Amino acid sequence: MDFGLSDEQKLLQDTIRRYLEEKVPTTRVREIMQTETAHDPQVWQGLAELGITGLLIPEEHGGSGLGVLDAALAAEILAWGAAPVPFLGATVMAPSALLQAGTPSQQSEWLPRIATGETCFGCAATETFGLRGEAGVRVEGGRLYGQSLFAIDAGAADLFLVAAGPTDLALVPRSASGLAVELLRTVDRTRRVGELAFDGVEPAEWVGGPGGAGAAVERMLDAGRAVLASDTLGSCDRAIQMSVEYAMQRRQFGRVIGSFQAVKHMCSEMVAEIEPARSLAWYAAYAMDALPDEAATAVALAKSHLSDVGTDVVRTATEVHGGIGFTEEFDLQLWFKRVELNRQLLGGPELLRERAARLQGWEAA
Amino acid sequence: MDLSYGEEHEHFRQEVRDFLEKHREVAPPPWMGGIVAFKDEKVLSWQKLLVEHGYAARTIPREYGGFGAEPDPLKTVMIDEEFTRANVSRGIGGQGPDMLVPTLLEHGSEEQKRKWVAPTIRGGVVWCQGYSEPEAGSDLASLQTSAVEDGDEFVVNGHKIWTTTAQLSDMMFTLVRTDPKAKKHAGISYLLIPMDAPGIEVRPLYTMTEGAEFNEVFLTDVRVPKSNLVGRLGEGWKIGNTTLKHERNMLGSASQSTASLQRLIELMRQEKVNGSPVIADPVFRDRLTKLQARVLAMQYHSLRLLTHTLRGEWPGVAVMIVKLIGCQLNHDLARLAIDALGELGTLYKGSKHERDGGRWQFQYMLSLGLIIGGGTAQIQKNIIAERGLGLPREPKPASGGER
Ligand SMILES: Cc1cc2nc3c(=O)[nH]c(=O)nc-3n(C[C@H](O)[C@H](O)[C@H](O)COP(=O)(O)OP(=O)(O)OC[C@H]3O[C@@H](n4cnc5c(N)ncnc54)[C@H](O)[C@@H]3O)c2cc1C
Repeated sequence: MDFGLSDEQKLLQDTIRRYLEEKVPTTRVREIMQTETAHDPQVWQGLAELGITGLLIPEEHGGSGLGVLDAALAAEILAWGAAPVPFLGATVMAPSALLQAGTPSQQSEWLPRIATGETCFGCAATETFGLRGEAGVRVEGGRLYGQSLFAIDAGAADLFLVAAGPTDLALVPRSASGLAVELLRTVDRTRRVGELAFDGVEPAEWVGGPGGAGAAVERMLDAGRAVLASDTLGSCDRAIQMSVEYAMQRRQFGRVIGSFQAVKHMCSEMVAEIEPARSLAWYAAYAMDALPDEAATAVALAKSHLSDVGTDVVRTATEVHGGIGFTEEFDLQLWFKRVELNRQLLGGPELLRERAARLQGWEAA
Repeated sequence: MDLSYGEEHEHFRQEVRDFLEKHREVAPPPWMGGIVAFKDEKVLSWQKLLVEHGYAARTIPREYGGFGAEPDPLKTVMIDEEFTRANVSRGIGGQGPDMLVPTLLEHGSEEQKRKWVAPTIRGGVVWCQGYSEPEAGSDLASLQTSAVEDGDEFVVNGHKIWTTTAQLSDMMFTLVRTDPKAKKHAGISYLLIPMDAPGIEVRPLYTMTEGAEFNEVFLTDVRVPKSNLVGRLGEGWKIGNTTLKHERNMLGSASQSTASLQRLIELMRQEKVNGSPVIADPVFRDRLTKLQARVLAMQYHSLRLLTHTLRGEWPGVAVMIVKLIGCQLNHDLARLAIDALGELGTLYKGSKHERDGGRWQFQYMLSLGLIIGGGTAQIQKNIIAERGLGLPREPKPASGGER
């Protein structure tokens, strides 16, 4: 039994942190997030060179063959830096689906390109768990019709994995005829989600063949959720760090505000909530790699819990900062908004708790 | 990261399971013994059995009456896990075994260890904690109970309050002022006082639970042998804090929350409103899963802390949050159980239709007491902020005096 990070995992986190500090400080983040796609191929290439894009890809396909936990730990730090990168869809969700259900030839075609960062997948599966309004993707005569909302990483994607039902996962190039991609404007400008409209789009391929995606959609979603929980964790770490630093430096009434107990207690509450939540996030991500029976429930509980804790933490952090915390100019709002988008993507807290309850057979007598 | 325990340990787990299977019939109900220890034949003989098999006092050396196993925190975790899962009493805990014994092992003299540890871990000597005074609560270091040297003895005078289970105890570990001229913290010593000594009067204080969980203890010219001083004169503040550290870990322990959650889930499955189980109600179910996530977080948090111990690392702020969060969680678990029961949840003290022996109301109130006891939530937040995050200490005069 060892419930802690290995030296390699700590090194992974340090490496990403250093890269972001050096190459993608928040001044750079702000430039990238103003662009249409919020995607800077140079930044992405830099991460690829550090091996980040290939974390989940097996070694024989050019990656480092690590697990969801390692991806979650990377997400913690990417979030810490408010990195505007398509990590979730391209690096976590797509490989998870392809590894779960892709045919050998699909795997050898796509996984190496994901590992090098040359290909970015977006992932569209919202309608399998949280269909809104008129949206919904259907298959007629082997072609896709309808609409999918909140496709992950739609800004950077050159290909999409589209869930057209519980066992159908279509691989669709962005340039496919009949596909219209429209980016949606969310509060978080560091990552782009989009609407995909299908008008008789012929998929390039079906992952695992038609109807062959079986557990892949679930796996892709759960891996994404585990990583989003850690993204929120990393965002909170940054918000707390900023709050404590600010509380030590800002003076009012002739004292630093951190000497006021009301401020101290806000800081303590944030830490006291985030520390056990960190343990839960690690556990859920680890469960994706090693505890298949517990994984789905653990992930649903972890993402919902981190969302709740996260929302409280970024709110409190803003209060610690007073007026400056509320401004656009001050960076704290980047994490406030990041936590907000994380909370709703791939299922909000209520939806996921309901899922956890169902997975445990709690719905009826 | 690796949550598997390896073959030796899985073998050990099987041993624990076999033990439970074989002996659970003679175990007292799980709530007996716990934090409030008292002498009951069933509890005492169960405790004896547990010590003999190494499921209590596991790593305490044999010469002090323990089982004498090599420290292996994993095995301790497994024992906890298995006993919790089987819902079987973990034996006697509380102020003596969980707080005083580790303090004596760290700071006591050889003679004190030989004298007190063995009977304490077997439940023969029950202890209470005489720290708080009417004017010294959160600001514990302002305590005034005095102990004056006189030959081979101390003469103790003062007034302790909120002394849990004093009426049932044989002994009390106390903080007393031995040097009124020394600085606040430096004049304090750690003394073991027999409760049957002449000059001690215990008056029960009834709490909101209707029980008298705690008491006032009046000490008038109580004579205590000098051999009952733990550590040296003036070391009481440091030693007293060792005890407090153990108290906080005990109060915030995740296995208690895990056991509560287990029982809560069962309750919500069984209890029906308008013909369908409470657990089938989406609102209640949502509250339950919310709590489940918090319990799991604390459970894995304790594994994370354990890993720090195994690696010889200092966990820092991660350990300071345990009492604050754990006690709040226990309170919230009881809140949901009561709400799930509705009107039935208000029944108490043997009323007709009462569920689970009224334990949820009791837990709801007691856990509120424990949010206050052992250092209030606000004091915990001060500690987290000042010692954990390095924020400035309170301006004088309160500095450093908090428990
Ligand atoms: C169920 C229970 C069992 C107990 N058992 C024992 C026992 O066995 N032995 C024993 O010695 N004691 C025991 N206690 C006493 C307990 O340790 C004290 O009640 C506790 O430390 C608080 O002290 P107080 O009651 O004097 O409250 P006070 O210290 O007067 O606190 C009152 C309020 O003021 C706040 N406050 C005080 N100082 C500060 C500060 N610096 N910053 C912010 N807020 C502050 C507190 O948080 C609280 O909200 C027990 C208490 C309870 C409730």
